Amino acid sequence: MVELLQDKDRIFTNLYGLQDWRLEAAMKRGAWLGTKEILEQGRDWIIDNMKASGLRGRGGAGFPTGLKWSFMPKDVTNRPHYLVVNADESEPGTCKDREMLRHDPHLLLEGCLVASFAMQAHACYIYLRGEYVQERQRVQAAIDQAYAAGLLGKNACGSGYDFDVYMHHGAGAYICGEETALLESLEGKKGQPRLKPPFPANAGLYGCPTTVNNVESIAVGPTILRRGAAWFKSFGRDNNAGTKVFCISGHVNAPCNVEEALSIPMKTLIEEYAGGVRGGWDNLKCVIPGGSSVPLLPREICDDVLMDFDALSAVKSGLGTAGMIVMDKSTDVVAAIARLSYFYKHESCGQCTPCREGTGWMWRVMERMVTGEAETREIDMLLDVSKQIEGHTICALGDAAAWPIQGLIRHFRPEIEERINNYRASKPVFVSQVAAE
Amino acid sequence: MSARRLAKEQPDSFALSAASKKEIGIWIKKYPKGRQASALIPGLWIVQKQAGGWLPAPALEAVAAHLDMPYMRVYEVATFYTMFNLAPVGEHHVQLCGTTPCWLRGAGDLKKVCEKKIGPKGSVSADGKFSWIEVECLGACANAPMIQISNAAGDDYYEDLDVDNFETLLDDLAAGRKVKPGPQNTRHTSEPITGAVTLNTKGFYNKVKQKKLPNSGKAKVGAK
Repeated sequence: MVELLQDKDRIFTNLYGLQDWRLEAAMKRGAWLGTKEILEQGRDWIIDNMKASGLRGRGGAGFPTGLKWSFMPKDVTNRPHYLVVNADESEPGTCKDREMLRHDPHLLLEGCLVASFAMQAHACYIYLRGEYVQERQRVQAAIDQAYAAGLLGKNACGSGYDFDVYMHHGAGAYICGEETALLESLEGKKGQPRLKPPFPANAGLYGCPTTVNNVESIAVGPTILRRGAAWFKSFGRDNNAGTKVFCISGHVNAPCNVEEALSIPMKTLIEEYAGGVRGGWDNLKCVIPGGSSVPLLPREICDDVLMDFDALSAVKSGLGTAGMIVMDKSTDVVAAIARLSYFYKHESCGQCTPCREGTGWMWRVMERMVTGEAETREIDMLLDVSKQIEGHTICALGDAAAWPIQGLIRHFRPEIEERINNYRASKPVFVSQVAAE
Repeated sequence: MSARRLAKEQPDSFALSAASKKEIGIWIKKYPKGRQASALIPGLWIVQKQAGGWLPAPALEAVAAHLDMPYMRVYEVATFYTMFNLAPVGEHHVQLCGTTPCWLRGAGDLKKVCEKKIGPKGSVSADGKFSWIEVECLGACANAPMIQISNAAGDDYYEDLDVDNFETLLDDLAAGRKVKPGPQNTRHTSEPITGAVTLNTKGFYNKVKQKKLPNSGKAKVGAK
């Protein structure tokens, strides 16, 4: 029996918006509590404790947050430092940052101050996806409250540190969740990723040293420092520390978001919080465990896999954003992945040829796989093309488009073959000889 | 990538309203001096609202002049970001999420409702009241299927839809009745429909007290 996380150890105490989001109520729940004392411990103390907590970035890549902060230049020259918060939550299956933005905005703002102080940034931009119109109004209202209370602005929290937070928004482009595309967008351009190096810590926003962090990575910071790195590290396995907000969508009885400890078994998470798989666990076909970009896992693996970075990468998938998409046995899994292929085709920024051409090509072939109007050898061709795209683009969108298809072929190849055979059996006269276009 | 072009029929002229200029001014102040181009996306959004839900070419020119940018820089941004509508839309612009998490929970049925009540995908209804498009993941997957409706009043999410409550929603909007954004079933937000099983410990919210910081010692580098 797995021990579940208790309410007293949850960081996002207003995840569902059952309480008031405003400053006064947020302070009662613990936000902005002793922020000045945290800053008084100094920059090194903050970064050392963030490193010691084992927090890994919550936006998908899982890079250690404290380490990322330490990459910023030690001395501020004539170029100011910036913190940019990535609130461009667009990964299909992921809907956690939205809840933090609209229900716990003060945890985020406090985190912005602490993180910026540690990196000597006097300004922070929070970049929300364009569709989150209500959420950005909420964030702006929270910023206004914090300024009025002296928590932000000149001499923030009475610490002697001047700090400004600005809300910014996009206008509908998945690619702007990639950190350098986000910076381009914030500068008023098309969201096309930049070549790295230089990395943003050297030349980011307006050519200045910049760190880009996910909403959740920033918002958990102050609570970790208040309760101690050891407290945070006590959850999850080694190298997979802390609590995490999971999103559970698809064919479950009660889809929801929930904060749990990392390394919780997937089955426990689905059964304890999301009301179980529709029709029972035996009716499970597969789960995409970390947002649409990671390969799906068939039921046999879901039976006992743990939800953390290392366990999921060991089964050739990933924790990603921890946005789980559950599919039961009624699902046409080929069509489900084909729809994701359409998503990546639609969202490719068009900068790199393998992605611009490849995402469209893969989608068109996937659509034929759905009907079975394909040849068996095209499965290998599809796999081959996906591997030519993977790793050959500036950003990870090419990889993200390739992985779901690779996962499908890895685990459900017989299903694709059966469909092709059935199609051929029903129409024996003609089979297209054209792969695509 | 998605190819997007400006509409064939365009108005002759467009002028930024005083209210739009004022609002864009608030944004320009957020960025360092000389970086007013950063206000382009929020600015285009403001102007799209002023123009009634879409961006005519003369409006792009007006924004370019206002932000002191080449027209081409504005044009490429307007055609890149999919929330900028390049042709007129209905009074209520329905953006239906069709990505896999919503698709698994019945977005296909909602599309049929749109086709029946509004018309083919991408069209504006004959009376100009509605238009609909399919969009990619809107980030509310635990409340799938869902849509966003943009109109003069705002841009709200309508979640936990099914054929019945979606038809009712469209009928209510058509009749000018007040509608409630958010989940269209009994849920508050993204808690399980069976009720929150977390964050419900009694007295939980009033227990937080300031304690000595763990691992704290003498103040170090950077402290003021």
